[in-house]
Amino acid sequence: MRVGVITFPGSNCDYDLYKAAQQIGANVEFIWHRQKNLDGYDAVMLPGGFSYGDYLRAGAIAQISPVMEEVSRFAANGGPVLGICNGFQILCEAGLLPGALVRNASLHFESKDIHVLVEQTDTLFTNKYENGQILRIPIAHAEGNYEANEQLLEELEDDGRVVFRYVSSDGELSKEANPNGSRNNIAGLTNKSGNVLGMMPHPERAMEDILGSVDGVGVFLSLATNLSTAGI
Amino acid sequence: MSVNESKSVTIPLVPPRPGDPEITPEVVTEHGLSKDEYERICRIMGRTPTFTELGVFSAMWSEHCGYKNSKRLLQLLPTEAPWVIQGPGENAGVIDVGEGYAVAFKIESHNHPSAVEPYQGAATGVGGILRDVFTMGARPIAVLDSLRFGDLDSARVRYLFGGVVNGVGDYGNCVGIPNIGGEVAFDRGYEGNPIVNAMCIGLMKKEDLITASASGVGNTLMAVGARTGRDGIHGATFASEELSEDSDEASRPQVQVGDPFTEKLLLEASLELISSGSITGIQDMGAAGITSSAAEMAGRAGNGVEIDVARVPVREPNMTPYEILLSESQERMLVVATKGHEDEVHRILEKWELEAEVIGEVTADGRFRVLENQLVVADIPALPLTEGCPTYEREGIEADEVRKLREMDLAEHLIPQGDLTKAFLLLLASPNVASKRWIYHQYDTTVRTSTAVRPGGDSGVVRIRGTERAIAATTDCNGRFVYLDPRQGAMIAVAEAARNLVCSGAMPTAITNNLNFGNPLKEHIYYQFREAVLGMADACKAFETPVTGGNVSFYNETDGKAIYPTPVIGMVGLIENISHILPHSFQSEGDDIVLLGENTAEIGGAEYLYVTAGLVAGFPPKVDLAHERQLQRAVLAMIQENELQSAHDCSEGGLACALAECALGNGESAFGVNVELDDALAPVESLFAESQGRIVVSCNPDRTQNVIRIAMDHGVPARKIGTVKDGEQSFHVTVASGQIRAELSELHDAYFGAIPAIMDPPVSSEQ
Repeated sequence: MRVGVITFPGSNCDYDLYKAAQQIGANVEFIWHRQKNLDGYDAVMLPGGFSYGDYLRAGAIAQISPVMEEVSRFAANGGPVLGICNGFQILCEAGLLPGALVRNASLHFESKDIHVLVEQTDTLFTNKYENGQILRIPIAHAEGNYEANEQLLEELEDDGRVVFRYVSSDGELSKEANPNGSRNNIAGLTNKSGNVLGMMPHPERAMEDILGSVDGVGVFLSLATNLSTAGI
Repeated sequence: MSVNESKSVTIPLVPPRPGDPEITPEVVTEHGLSKDEYERICRIMGRTPTFTELGVFSAMWSEHCGYKNSKRLLQLLPTEAPWVIQGPGENAGVIDVGEGYAVAFKIESHNHPSAVEPYQGAATGVGGILRDVFTMGARPIAVLDSLRFGDLDSARVRYLFGGVVNGVGDYGNCVGIPNIGGEVAFDRGYEGNPIVNAMCIGLMKKEDLITASASGVGNTLMAVGARTGRDGIHGATFASEELSEDSDEASRPQVQVGDPFTEKLLLEASLELISSGSITGIQDMGAAGITSSAAEMAGRAGNGVEIDVARVPVREPNMTPYEILLSESQERMLVVATKGHEDEVHRILEKWELEAEVIGEVTADGRFRVLENQLVVADIPALPLTEGCPTYEREGIEADEVRKLREMDLAEHLIPQGDLTKAFLLLLASPNVASKRWIYHQYDTTVRTSTAVRPGGDSGVVRIRGTERAIAATTDCNGRFVYLDPRQGAMIAVAEAARNLVCSGAMPTAITNNLNFGNPLKEHIYYQFREAVLGMADACKAFETPVTGGNVSFYNETDGKAIYPTPVIGMVGLIENISHILPHSFQSEGDDIVLLGENTAEIGGAEYLYVTAGLVAGFPPKVDLAHERQLQRAVLAMIQENELQSAHDCSEGGLACALAECALGNGESAFGVNVELDDALAPVESLFAESQGRIVVSCNPDRTQNVIRIAMDHGVPARKIGTVKDGEQSFHVTVASGQIRAELSELHDAYFGAIPAIMDPPVSSEQ
């Protein structure tokens, strides 16, 4: 599996994502945001961080980076795209995922371990998880409050596109378990065709026991297995 | 250009620049220079300095850059050990951590700017310390912050506290460096003058070490990064003055504005520049901007520099040489490019969308020469500029009021007002003891995927990827102890830092210090400073933890009232095997709780007195350096032999609060506690005294014998004091004539709820 991790000016989880993909055996390369060709990559990942300092609005400037036109084309052709944290924000700004990520309800940056429920295991990114599995994964963001109108929310729920939802450690869906005020406790979702996943929690930070959790491994392992099953 | 290889005999005349103010005694005073110092400058120059030259001297001879009141005493600190690669004098200290790796680390203060503009003051403090570390060739891997504020019942203090935390967080989060710990204290002694110290740790391959030296005559000086603006002009001189009520408005232009996005680009570009081999030296344009970076780099190499300010990229038109030389605009670097490699530097900077401009060159004549286009505006011998700052050793006398406070009879306070449980819960909910989660949940602690121990424990730990090793770090200082007895207090700060490290499984290796004091021209402040340095020197020698650098921050006074003397210790330790990393909290029901060290009748300076009586008084606890050293060795030996489940230092709030912290952990799951103390002490002393040399460990009951044996072998008193219970049980500590009994939920609410209850919803700025 050949994975490209895109580095925008201000990305700071690119190296972490690189290491995570490498850990499950992928052949990983950094892609500088000016690159205009994604030929030969089997999957593309947009890392967390503060692209362009999150100036103007998180992801707003990165989405007009030269590489993003290519990412849109790559996604339109069914290529798997994973956006984490700032990557998720960029995907929303670029229109590859619906909705928006606004300021956390607390108005604080929120950095801690949270729990998410895996609601969909028939995606490229999650089929190594058990349905209903609860994952413990770190978050670290100031703008992770997922906002969508009623119609979109209904559509997302009806289509089963909400992949991860914030819950308590014993799986309870509650306001207290929601770290940022996201509508319907949404922590991660896919596009209509299911090949683009955006999520606020950082699975790449939950890959080893020494980091406190290995619950993020499934995201990368699912992707690698699916691609290799597809003969890649 | 006239270059004279031999000692210059002709005095270069520099005519006054049209439009510059005339040099009058008032102008000299405004520049923070004494009459004697000014005369010394005239002797060095062989003539009257120009306004620009005066500005340059003023910055370089400020307390901040010239260390004029601290240098002589600082020379008493130990600075050497076989593992020290770079001691004081560079941007950061560097130690060898094995397997080809080295660690660069340093702490720095941003107290004055933070008192005026907390968000930017704190943010730029983090920015500056990151640059100090990555200009050594090391990639920053961790940040810590050591903060002090007044009591949180003041709206102004809440505004400062909230703003500083936000500033530290936003900057580090954006650059992507995990915050792994630090400390915060609240006391009326810091009301007008918050303390904001930031520490950074960087990792490098030993061969990547680069120093800030302008070597190689003919090499090119380049300004790299952000443009130079009018912000922060004379920040170094500002930092060397006391604050007053008027400081707020008048000083705001001296506070710099941070841009962490540019910093991130600068970080990547700098590391790429260093590994490209196209540069020979690099330094942050920190305090005193281009002036100090150029002069210091020249000074270290024994060379001169010539800079044309007209070539420096500026943010606004019509900046004078004076302003350009003294601007403290952030995110700028001075780079010495090897002659002929300028294009390579440009290419790397362009990739990172940053600017680089040639602004001058390294010369052989030992002069610090500044041109504005073709016109010379400053021509100063470089060495006297960097090394000729007069240093002073002053009279130091203890203040009577402090002696009286120390000798106060505290007997009446040993009788608890009301019951012990109530006092205990009050103490646990004091912001000084309570969980600092409200703070570090605003800091990214897990980015870079190497954080093994996050904030909230005894020390933060980051692993070194690709090895079995890890680095532990902590910052410590109890300003009350230092206030009551500066020498003891400074020793305690070093001892506590070392205990924190060993509790996490690390061998203490070296320190960086941030000496925050009042006005050293006052006898009782100088006394505090001298005694604290002496105490620190003793402790660092005893623990073999040399000082590899640091920062002195004087003039922390508002309207004549000084802060508590606060010599913050930033200590770094080495863990050779990550399997030795130990948590601070209890791990399993049924484990034995063992106390290493002894409870004593030393309630002086304790948080208990502050919370129950508003007192900062009494003799601070005695610290026995030989005992501390043995205690450190004993705990490390226990960890090597895998005897322990947890280890936690006893500090603010005494043994009772330490036990509560062990029971509560990070708040997700708690353990009951059943402890019996049979000391022949007043209950308040057993429970709440902050006696030194104590560590609470827990172990499987079949290991208790071994733990006690290892302690005894090291001459450290040890005894089983109780048992870890399941989470349904209560927290129960009995003493000879009383007890604490509380539900874990009560402990949880007091400990985790205290600071959020005060700070949320976020306060707005009210003055």
